Amino acid sequence: MRTTRLSRRFAAVSALVAGAMVLVSCGGDDDGDDGDGAEGTAGGSLVFGASADPIILDGALFSDGESARPAYQIFEGLVTTEEGGTEIVPALAESWEASEDGLEWTFHLREGVTFHDGTEFNAEAVCFNFERWYHFEGVMQSPAVSYYWNTVFGGFSDGAAPSLYAGCEATDDSTAVISLTSPSSAFIAAMQMPSFRIASPKALEEGDADAVSGTEESPAFEGTFGYENPAGTGPFMFESWERGSQLTLVRYDDYWGEPAQLDELIFTVIPDGPARRQALEAGDIDGYDLVDPADADALETAGFQIMRRPAFNVGYVGFQQSYPPFDNINIRKAIAHAINKENLIQTNYPEGTEIATQFMPPELFGWADDVTVYDYDPEEAQRLIAESGVTDLTLQFWYPTDVSRPYMPNPQANWELITADLEAVGFTVEPMTATWNPDYLDGTSTGGTPMFLLGWTGDFGDPDNFIGTFFQTVNPQFGSFENPEIFAKLDEAEAETDPDRRTELYQEANRLIMDFVPGVPYVHNQPAAAFREGISGYVPGPLNNESFAAVTVE
Amino acid sequence: MLRFVARRLLLLGPILLGLSVLLFVWLRALPGGPASALLGERATPEAVARIEELYGLNEPWYVQYWKFLVNAVQLDFGNSSRTNRPVVEEMLRTFPATIELGTTALIFAIGIGIPLGYFAARRYGTWLDNLSVSGSLIGVAIPVFFLAYILKYVFAVRLGWLPTGGRQDPRMDAEHPTGFYVFDGIITGDLEAILDALVHLILPAVALGAIPLAIIVRIARASVLDVVHEDYVRTAEAKGLYERTITRRHVLRNALLPVATVIGLSAGLLLSGAVLTETVFAWPGVGFFVAEAIGNRDYAVLQGFILMIAFLYVLVNLAVDVSYGLIDPRVRVQCALPRSRRPPRLRRSARRAAASARTPGSGCAAIRWRSSASG
Amino acid sequence: MALIGFGLIAFFVLVAIFAPLIAPYGPTDRPGADVITPTNIPGPSAEYWFGLDELGHDEFSRVVFGARQSLLVGVVALLLGMAGGLLLGVLAGAFGGKVDGVIMRIVDVMLSIPGLLMAIAIAALLGRSLLSVMIAIAVINIPIFARLLRGQMLAQRESDYVLAATSLGVRRRSIILGHVLPNSMSPVIVQATLTLATAIIEAAGLSFLGLGSPDPRVPEWGLMLANTQRYLASAPHLAFFPGMAIVLAALGFTLLGERLREALDPKYRR
Repeated sequence: MRTTRLSRRFAAVSALVAGAMVLVSCGGDDDGDDGDGAEGTAGGSLVFGASADPIILDGALFSDGESARPAYQIFEGLVTTEEGGTEIVPALAESWEASEDGLEWTFHLREGVTFHDGTEFNAEAVCFNFERWYHFEGVMQSPAVSYYWNTVFGGFSDGAAPSLYAGCEATDDSTAVISLTSPSSAFIAAMQMPSFRIASPKALEEGDADAVSGTEESPAFEGTFGYENPAGTGPFMFESWERGSQLTLVRYDDYWGEPAQLDELIFTVIPDGPARRQALEAGDIDGYDLVDPADADALETAGFQIMRRPAFNVGYVGFQQSYPPFDNINIRKAIAHAINKENLIQTNYPEGTEIATQFMPPELFGWADDVTVYDYDPEEAQRLIAESGVTDLTLQFWYPTDVSRPYMPNPQANWELITADLEAVGFTVEPMTATWNPDYLDGTSTGGTPMFLLGWTGDFGDPDNFIGTFFQTVNPQFGSFENPEIFAKLDEAEAETDPDRRTELYQEANRLIMDFVPGVPYVHNQPAAAFREGISGYVPGPLNNESFAAVTVE
Repeated sequence: MLRFVARRLLLLGPILLGLSVLLFVWLRALPGGPASALLGERATPEAVARIEELYGLNEPWYVQYWKFLVNAVQLDFGNSSRTNRPVVEEMLRTFPATIELGTTALIFAIGIGIPLGYFAARRYGTWLDNLSVSGSLIGVAIPVFFLAYILKYVFAVRLGWLPTGGRQDPRMDAEHPTGFYVFDGIITGDLEAILDALVHLILPAVALGAIPLAIIVRIARASVLDVVHEDYVRTAEAKGLYERTITRRHVLRNALLPVATVIGLSAGLLLSGAVLTETVFAWPGVGFFVAEAIGNRDYAVLQGFILMIAFLYVLVNLAVDVSYGLIDPRVRVQCALPRSRRPPRLRRSARRAAASARTPGSGCAAIRWRSSASG
Repeated sequence: MALIGFGLIAFFVLVAIFAPLIAPYGPTDRPGADVITPTNIPGPSAEYWFGLDELGHDEFSRVVFGARQSLLVGVVALLLGMAGGLLLGVLAGAFGGKVDGVIMRIVDVMLSIPGLLMAIAIAALLGRSLLSVMIAIAVINIPIFARLLRGQMLAQRESDYVLAATSLGVRRRSIILGHVLPNSMSPVIVQATLTLATAIIEAAGLSFLGLGSPDPRVPEWGLMLANTQRYLASAPHLAFFPGMAIVLAALGFTLLGERLREALDPKYRR
């Protein structure tokens, strides 16, 4: 066919388009040289790839990790944890002591501290915050909103449920006394969490932080505090937030301690895991969290830094004893012996991951090194099965889809390996699955999943947060079993105020638990963050509450 | 034409109402609720019950629906149970992003698809034709996320020519009054912002537009092939008209009708493809937001967003129908005439024969014709 | 080109039938159990032609066994969809009038909902299983066959031989079943091959989305693809081979269908 004007025109247009693309790509490198003072150790900006947009920047109103990350930079609490560990160290309070009866805690506050809006930090501010949380009403009391208050203190000022909190008094500008209704040692460790970090009373009031609108069915937080003016005392302050895309923080020059090194800290939202890795490789971001085990080696070889956190989680196989044969302890022990935990870890988890022997990580005090351990022993498993007298060896084994958890990056893979092990000793496994959100979680928490894969990441450095949550009372997740011995031991441990005695009690509890085998813990995973070369000063900690204050970029 | 448009718009109301009821019931029928989505592993039956009580999820569904309806009429779709922001706010945030992406993808698909389909048909049997057909077949078969990853890997990670995701460079500070970044750059006169937004659009638009492109190529090719063999084209060629004239006056106009239909159908495709593309390219749009909301059983978001999507879908199809009138004058003239003046209806058998054939017959039936252009 | 299509199909069917003989390992065997770590998933080698997967299975064996699943789902879904669609189409075409109108309205509604979304909704309602995937895909394809057959039958009704038969007094049912239907079949066959191609892809898509069988030990190409996103950089062979399998299988049927159509449709003959 002879070429027509149309086809020649077409060719010309394509050439133009191609040319334009080349031009654009040449002009696309303008982001690399923008950082002022990017050389040397101070200044510069860091772009961090977050997996989700924060919900709100008001610490009392969220309980998810991605909202916590910027909140840890903006706000500080009375105490915090040491870098890289779980031990409680001073923050806004320089020291504290408990009264004889353990009901009054006196905090001696740091002086010369200011909030981002210029107002002064003092004991009144502390009490303002505590009273605010205590007086939450309506939907603010929902466990989905103020989860940690509910967990640590229990009830609110309306008296509907008993509360651990009795009151707060500012005896002078730098002394705040918090009273409790019963002695508790666990609450101190919780004070480092974003829910209990101190915000500027002026900003809270002006920003109408407690304003809730909408209907009862679907509330909305109306105040501007959590979206436009979250004023805390931390090394970084809020600059701007383009919801769904990115959040920008800048250095707070009047910080009471060492000012932050960075000029700017940007959190950009990249929901997809592999997309975060690609963004790091391409240089679009400087770091991200929750590196997939499959990527760790490749990234390190390519010159990126992989920062592993000390393990502060546990992955386990849970049994619901309301379903046979899980009510038979020999079957439970047989399953524990049947699983080849070493091969499971080696195949599905990064190098260096530890096998779990109990339901809390070694990092935490109260961990016992002499619990009963169930080694991989198929013969012993078979012997126990025979001894149990159970004839129907069908197990309904659940795993979640659409999810990757720090303790379980690939649930399906774990399920397959464990199932193979179980079938090798004579069990028949029925595969059952549901999407993580909400079906699987509903099923496990209400007792609808006889045998299931689950886990837990610790929120604060207290064993109460692990085994207390699981086993202190009748729990449908584990089939609502009744074991008064374990319940009593955990009750005792929570109330005990002497730290050494507490450690002992929790160790005893762990021994009891592992003899009872309510489930089979198998892994403590080390979630890792990845950074490009040239970023230093980031100290990974078990509680995911790292501060970016000391981070520098080259 | 105006009457036609007006009539269609009036139908919109009842359609949306019916859809909203269906949606509401279907959502409530789905197992699970927002409570455990919010709590994660920390969900206990007590916590879940407390949340459901607070959110009024225990009330019978018709009570909930009535409340929803009352609010919806005032354009208050409630609040997201995950972000606790008004649904309308989330819409204003996410719809422009997806519309910008979808429009760009569509321009890409049409701009390349129609010419490619045309040339493949005109050069039937040559390498170009076979390549186009095979290409379009593979294009439909490849999973969108796979294509997206490959594009990203080659162009963004390896070659570094384009960004790996997002709508703009994190370090750039630009104003976004409307939410359509390219447009915003134009009205604020910020050249850097315009270029940055365009650069960020390229990869996602190509990935998203690949499947519509494949389909458009196929349909255009098939349609052009049909038309080219018609008698009137042969007549025109015999008359000695330039190929370009033949193309413009006869072939394209007649061939474009099925293509226009497909473009309308592509709107649905773009939305389902948008979910995956937005996820891979961290594009803060509707697809990803809705996918998340399904997992979180965020009823308010799902109701508001799906209704809005249906509304837009109907509008797009209306636009396509109007475009029939623009492309094919027969349609325009006949449908605009009052009923008494229209040509006599053909005998039933002939009408049915026309309806069953692959191209629309005469009459307003052409506008109501919805089936795919070729088998 | 038709030969390529035919060859591909024959190849897959044979592989599916003789899978246990072709595959060196069973689908749940883990020959690589001791070697696999998250960062060490060996690709193709002399011993394992397609490499190992993330749990140590032989990828080649799993892809081979996966052919069974994919073809089974595709064929069953196609047959179900065809049966439903043909039934509707025959009823509409045979009776005409109101019956036709009602059926075609239903078909229009079904066609206006995006296919994948409808399949997801159906599969979500019926629960996760292979059967629900088959039914979902069948339902999507019913309107296509219905409309196709109805159109064919309407066109046939006006033809001379039908007129002749009617005037001879042959009963309507015999005309339809004995004459009109068989003559309408050629586009249906074409559509069937094309639909089989899309059914395979849709089945993979639904499994990919997690709506298929809950047992991950049974290899299915879509399911195999689903788990590979995170390994695209470190172990691309995990996505490549199942993905290629899907594409080639679909391609085979599509090529065959396209050439069949061009052979049967007089307009395309040059």
